[in-house]
Amino acid sequence: MADVKINVKGETCPVPLVEMRKAIRKASEGEIIEVEGTHPASKKEIPMAVEALGSEIVDIQETDGVWKIKIRK
Amino acid sequence: MVQETNKDDKSTIIVHSGDMDKIYSALIVSNGALSMGMEASLFFTFWGLQRLQKGGLDKGPLSKMHFLGLGKWMIKSRMKKANVASLERLFKDFKELGGKVIACEMTMEIMGISKEDLNQDLIDEYGAVGTYVQEARNSKITLFI
Repeated sequence: MADVKINVKGETCPVPLVEMRKAIRKASEGEIIEVEGTHPASKKEIPMAVEALGSEIVDIQETDGVWKIKIRK
Repeated sequence: MVQETNKDDKSTIIVHSGDMDKIYSALIVSNGALSMGMEASLFFTFWGLQRLQKGGLDKGPLSKMHFLGLGKWMIKSRMKKANVASLERLFKDFKELGGKVIACEMTMEIMGISKEDLNQDLIDEYGAVGTYVQEARNSKITLFI
């Protein structure tokens, strides 16, 4: 289970990236953040940003164009 | 891994144009940089500074095909369809993620703009070329838009 869920379905560049960043800023160390969205480039770019921020990708899934990315701060 | 405090991981953009599409470019690049753990500064000068005037953020024309506002209206309706965030929202995100806004004092003198004319709550600093160079010399990304 995720501690924080972010819904950016239907949002486009740069909103998914920005909302992910805001959520990581607000989360405590070790908390799980789940980002759910549809913007294709963000599925690739959020993991790049997470690595740069020193957090960890726990899981990435996609069904019918909707992806879910789980991040551990 | 990028250290959040690493001063070299910074983006500094001169916002010279006041065109709507270019203000979008500046804010999207800066918000991307902030989201990926960099610092970001925007140095507003010349036509760009007019966008910091009260109520002026989305008043800029389109850089191409403006057609007396018809082109801008068309692009805006397409952006709405594509669910692109408003400039106001992008600016709010920029500030929330710690972005820094610098207003060019010389432009204020030339154009007769006073601090009272500007959205002062958006502006972190007033400065000249030295302030820009000081920001840019420590930045990995520098752009002139």
